[in-house]
Amino acid sequence: MAHESTYQPKSGFERWLDARLPVMRLMHDSFSAFPTPKNLNYWWTFGGILTFCLVVQIVTGITLAMHYTSDASIAFGSVEHIMRDVNFGWLIRYIHAVGSSMFFLAVYIHIFRGLYYGSYKEPRELLWMLGVIIFILMMATAFLGYVLPWGQMSFWAATVITNIFTAIPVIGTPIQEWLVGGFAVGNPTLTRFFSLHYLLPFVIFGVVLLHVWALHVTGNNNPAGIEVKGPQDTIPFNPYYTVKDAFALVLFLLVYMAFVFYAPNALGHPDNYIPADPLVTPAHIVPEWYLLPYYAILRSITFDIGIPFTDIVLIEAKLLGVIALAASIIVLFLLPWLDTSKVKSLRYRPMMKPFFFLFIVVCVGLGWVGAESPDKVLIQIGEDQYRAEYVVEGEPVAQVFPTADDRDAFIEMLNEDVEASAVDALAFRFQMVHLGLILTVAYFAHFLLVLPIVGVIETPRSRPASIEEAVLKGAKPAPAPAE
Amino acid sequence: MSLTIRTGTIIGAFVMALNAGAAMAAGEAERPHAPQEGWSFSGIFGHYEETTLQRGFLVYESVCAGCHALEYVAFRNLADPGGPGFTLDQVRAIAANYRVPAGPDEFGDTLDENGLPFVRPAIPANYFPSPYDNEQQARARNWGALPPDLSLITKARVNGANYLYSLLTGYEDAPEYVEMGENMNYNPFFPGQQIAMVQPLYEGSVEYPDGTEATVEQMAYDVTNFLMWTAEPKLEKRKRMGFQVMAFLFVLAALLYWSYRQVWRDVDH
Repeated sequence: MAHESTYQPKSGFERWLDARLPVMRLMHDSFSAFPTPKNLNYWWTFGGILTFCLVVQIVTGITLAMHYTSDASIAFGSVEHIMRDVNFGWLIRYIHAVGSSMFFLAVYIHIFRGLYYGSYKEPRELLWMLGVIIFILMMATAFLGYVLPWGQMSFWAATVITNIFTAIPVIGTPIQEWLVGGFAVGNPTLTRFFSLHYLLPFVIFGVVLLHVWALHVTGNNNPAGIEVKGPQDTIPFNPYYTVKDAFALVLFLLVYMAFVFYAPNALGHPDNYIPADPLVTPAHIVPEWYLLPYYAILRSITFDIGIPFTDIVLIEAKLLGVIALAASIIVLFLLPWLDTSKVKSLRYRPMMKPFFFLFIVVCVGLGWVGAESPDKVLIQIGEDQYRAEYVVEGEPVAQVFPTADDRDAFIEMLNEDVEASAVDALAFRFQMVHLGLILTVAYFAHFLLVLPIVGVIETPRSRPASIEEAVLKGAKPAPAPAE
Repeated sequence: MSLTIRTGTIIGAFVMALNAGAAMAAGEAERPHAPQEGWSFSGIFGHYEETTLQRGFLVYESVCAGCHALEYVAFRNLADPGGPGFTLDQVRAIAANYRVPAGPDEFGDTLDENGLPFVRPAIPANYFPSPYDNEQQARARNWGALPPDLSLITKARVNGANYLYSLLTGYEDAPEYVEMGENMNYNPFFPGQQIAMVQPLYEGSVEYPDGTEATVEQMAYDVTNFLMWTAEPKLEKRKRMGFQVMAFLFVLAALLYWSYRQVWRDVDH
């Protein structure tokens, strides 16, 4: 522990217990007396909210598992059984399903809070990296869980996501077949996904314990980004932050329960109320909203990398997309070293701050791209022209057709008499996939260019000497001159 | 920061404008709409009306059930609270009109003297039997098309209730420029505008015992209500409980905020 233990056993039993298993001391020092910076704002309440989310998902999930059947022939029906015949089954399932969205909403706010206030910087690099591991485990768990109702989106999401592995050369296809338990998604996939969906939350729980442990070694970061200098900077966690976290949690619950009771299916996809059918592919296969930005990165790379002026392909587009997807998460591990600034809080980083908000726009934009069809045209300049060009009595003639088929039919008819050539003048089209590529580049540029460079060239604003001073002077720094 | 936000808004508005333009250029189908009177089940205090559900059940039974199954609904559900409100005796009578597989008998026979599988009248515990023995039979009887199960149809389509209502009332003659497939019918609300299902509802397709005039709109309204109930049978209970939960949380939030102010009153932060 980073601070002296202040636990005083009050009764004979507590003294007896403390000498043998100091669990009360641990709880007291970790969650009651724990010295916490006094200037934490509401963005810091999401750690507690996330713990709550995890417990809710585990409790509702265990209950659902008592009634759910992981057999491909009756999985869908067993979910309907929960919705219709199990006492409050509809409530438990909606809390669990909406809960996954709320869990991700909270974790994204938590992550962006860490980004804004530099919570990943020394000495909290490991704390941050453990958080990234939790995030990856959450994505895996959510994906596995989404497959279990065995609706159309479940089945096809499982097919698309496991197919990602086939992009890896040589070993990709064997890995995919091993994961799926066959040559295509089917009953073996469902049973193992159920097993793993039950396992992973407990792995998450374990990593959360490490995350909290690491937090309690370094102590909280805070909005000023200044480390705690002494007792004047802190207050005990209880009651100050227990009451603040509880208030924030209830506000969060108001949003959560509004979805559960009034729009439980708003965040899901209607196709998942159609039983899985391997012979019918849905028009648009999309993951849940929280995975859309990564889905966009995966799909936005449509070009091969090869040796210029030859036909030699070094990396195929599909593999490149998978690499980009993996890199987009791996880069988070490197963040503590990619950010070259020693200043933690963006309050004192005038140059970095607009880039942070731009990065949010990029992430939301990627989410939008992920939700839409990649072929969707955003900007079109001109019209497609399919022309037949030929020469009549020495005069060049060009005739325009609305479709290539019409034009080809015309040329075929014409070719008996004159030689005609087909010329296509296609309109310029800016499509979703192009926007996706631009945003993907922007995503990586933020980590690989903006963070390293801005940290070096930026002049930070003057910072308060301590949290106490930041609090007394008012949390906001003096307004910056216009830029 | 304000500059960044403003730029973001402008970019957002620009992209949205482009988006709208592209959608209009593509000439999208008509948007599904609700009936004029709206839906009793929408909104915070949403509920079903028993008479509407009973009329809707009549439409389902006399029109839809010929081709569409209701796999996840049992006859007993018709007497559940928050549903059509049939009495148990009525449910027994309704169930008895359906035949469900029975046998083998005490001799181990599975076929009766005519060589047909044993059947018996359904009881409230039975689920609505499918009009078909399997998918192949369903397709063979419907020019290759498979009539979907209707238990969850209003949740399995985007904007489900409005979609279903619009679809049922939206049949029209195909415009001249549309080349219709064989045995297909034109409906602007169906994806692709060509649907295998023939127009199911005509003026007076059913006769309502309560004297309600059986217009196409009325029947579509009633059956959509019924199929919303089959998809979401706990909706009334959910919304009622939701109000209690939200009210409780508001009070709790107020108390916690007050506690927070009390606890922190002497701390500069």
